[in-house]
Amino acid sequence: MATATYVEEQRSTDKTALITGSEAIAVACKLADVDVITAYPIRPYDTVMQYICKLVANGEMDCEYIVAEGEHSQFEIVKHASACGARVFCGSSGVGWMYAMEALTVTPALRIPMVAMVGNRALDDPGAFGVEHNDALTVRDLGWQLVWVDSAQEALDTALIAYRVSEDRRIFLPCAISCDGAFLTHSQALVKVPSQEKVNEFLPRYNRADLLLHPDNPITVAPQGNEDWVMEIRRQNYAAMERSSLVLKEAYADFERIFGRSYGNPFFEEYETEDADIVLMGMGTLSTPVKVAIRQMRKAGKRVGFVRMRWFRPFAAAELAKSLGRFKAVGVIDRDYSFGSPYMSGVLTTEVRSALYSAPGSKPPVLGFIAGLGGREVTVPDVEKVANSVYEAADGKSQPLTQWIGLRE
Amino acid sequence: MATYIQIDPTQKLDPFKSVKKLPLEEYFTSGHRTCQGCESALVMKMMAKAAGPRSIILGSTGCMYVANTTYYSTSWVVPWMHTQLGSSGSAALGTSAALKVLMRKGKIKNEPINVIAFCGDGGGADMGVGAISATLTHAEYNSLILMYDNESYANTDIQLSGSTPWGANTTFSSPGKVKRIMHRRWKKNMAGMMAAGHPECKYVATICMSYGLHGMNSIRKALAIGGPTFIHSLDPCPKGWDYDPYLSHEMGELAVNSGVWPLYEVENGLLRLTGRTEQIAAGKIRRVPVRDYLLKQGRFAHFTNDDIDYFQSKIDDMWEKWLIPGVIPFRRDVEADTPPSS
Ligand SMILES: Cc1ncc(C[n+]2csc(CCOP(=O)(O)OP(=O)(O)O)c2C)c(N)n1
Ligand code: SF4
Ligand SMILES: [Mg+2]
Repeated sequence: MATATYVEEQRSTDKTALITGSEAIAVACKLADVDVITAYPIRPYDTVMQYICKLVANGEMDCEYIVAEGEHSQFEIVKHASACGARVFCGSSGVGWMYAMEALTVTPALRIPMVAMVGNRALDDPGAFGVEHNDALTVRDLGWQLVWVDSAQEALDTALIAYRVSEDRRIFLPCAISCDGAFLTHSQALVKVPSQEKVNEFLPRYNRADLLLHPDNPITVAPQGNEDWVMEIRRQNYAAMERSSLVLKEAYADFERIFGRSYGNPFFEEYETEDADIVLMGMGTLSTPVKVAIRQMRKAGKRVGFVRMRWFRPFAAAELAKSLGRFKAVGVIDRDYSFGSPYMSGVLTTEVRSALYSAPGSKPPVLGFIAGLGGREVTVPDVEKVANSVYEAADGKSQPLTQWIGLRE
Repeated sequence: MATYIQIDPTQKLDPFKSVKKLPLEEYFTSGHRTCQGCESALVMKMMAKAAGPRSIILGSTGCMYVANTTYYSTSWVVPWMHTQLGSSGSAALGTSAALKVLMRKGKIKNEPINVIAFCGDGGGADMGVGAISATLTHAEYNSLILMYDNESYANTDIQLSGSTPWGANTTFSSPGKVKRIMHRRWKKNMAGMMAAGHPECKYVATICMSYGLHGMNSIRKALAIGGPTFIHSLDPCPKGWDYDPYLSHEMGELAVNSGVWPLYEVENGLLRLTGRTEQIAAGKIRRVPVRDYLLKQGRFAHFTNDDIDYFQSKIDDMWEKWLIPGVIPFRRDVEADTPPSS
């Protein structure tokens, strides 16, 4: 294990490094001058903490690096540090994330702008190291901003954006950056590492302002609210999440201006959608087999596009509905499950259908596909199978609303 | 000698010389709605007074959160924050770590600030024991964890915890027609466990606010000594123990004088019996029979004479057979433990 190996001097002081998704986030933490970091072992996220350990040991990073005795404490420690004005970083995977659940619920409720990495992993039992998205999705209703990235570069950039948005006084909500276990956490790619000057220009210092817990600002944080006040307080969180879309857009625009890299629409990426008849959807590193399959299908004359959801919370429902209205049918590939949900679909599918339902304009049929659970690879033939079914639906032929793909018979 | 950890300076907190020398300022004031005679509320008041204004206090869920801190009528004058039931250790650690790094980086003014996290016996001796234990090993972070022990999960309607005395009637151990003793576990020895298990922790003490000056000076010592520290306070609770509130003070005295609640401190590894307990150990005063303590409380009203004798024998055991009486329950000889049949 090594810290970022800089292979090439780039224009100005930017550098290019061959690093994994986890390492990219570690580098972002260093650039963001994070103050308090807590670690606890669970694969696959914990590589990020191994890299950070080395950065601290090598004197490249100055922070309190605390190894906790469990994930509940791990998240509680940084929650309290953040309340005192420290920029914090944390993370977990699978059942580790679940073990921290109580802390995860109070963090957004307390308006703590924690940034966390989720190395997405299947939940026990049975044990599995591979990716599934159910871990991070468990907090989708609680006020966490949730984003899925699909490359090491995007991981680094999104971590900087996450700090910027979360710590904006208009927001003060935590953000979890999901990186697919193994496919992203452990895969190396060339990453442009921005200069410290650019990061400083993009990312102001965390200012806890009127909410700072300090003897000079002797506030009482989270007294009992009950039916008198809890509803008004929930409404403030609602409003903060509502503002998050706007602040995210500002941050992406500034990111492009300062770093010279654009992500287009911050909320979702569109691939080969311009002339597409049908589109597939998904989150995270699914993009790799899907894009390869689309290139092959297009050679065979099939006009298939792909929409990769980046931000799951906030969910850009209106924009997504507008985009999807252009197509004849939509196939959503979920790397998660939601047993007993409407039509037994995965979580993303249900959200996409819900986004379309109330939108004006045309509503294409939405088929749900559950694939790649427990880290099983989603192959190019899998994707073609999905596309074929979506084509059938586009032609008006009845198709099951939920299908499991790549399942052993 | 190389120093591997950096302990930041603490406030100079000399012991209060007498009750008359106490500062008049209160940092835990009106606004709370604890029961009449609530000794835990008194602990909060004394703790805040002992610590003074340059303090941050974190409080776990329990009576001292729910009954003390109502929206728009907080009783805290110093900055205060809720922490989760099992999180007093993590709250102390995170707060202290933030202060340390922000001061080191010059992001806030460099000054010693007291960090206190309190928890009840449910939050501390049961749910939070792992986090407290972890925090006591992080020697470079200054903080005090104070466990106020009213011997039940009081806020949720008096349920037994790992710190509830043997046989007590709680809503989860109420006696019935066939079973008289529903709670058959002996109270955890929290302070002894914390002191014995965490050699880097410089200060562990037991207190009871019936002896207020003693309690406050223990708190000041814990804050001034540096690193993580732990105090276990025994707090009579009129609701949970079922006695008339005016007896609260006396109940604490009885707990100490019967030998049920030994007062001691472990400072830099040195054990010292303190207050009345020291006098008992030195043979200057005799232990009061536990009967006098138990029968004043409704929670033991179902006890038979056998039950009281058993309780007494366990306390005698603690004083006569423990390797370090009242503190460490290791023994040189093993005898069978024979509780009365229920
Ligand atoms: C994780 C969790 N489980 C259960 C509760 C419910 N609960 C609230 S207060 C409380 C009692 C805590 O007892 P203790 O720590 O002894 O404090 P006391 O109420 O006695 O002051 C409990 C169990 C909770 N708040 N959080
Ligand atoms: S139940 Fe006990 S601890 Fe709780 S407020 Fe009443 S007296 Fe105090
Ligand atoms: Mg209690």
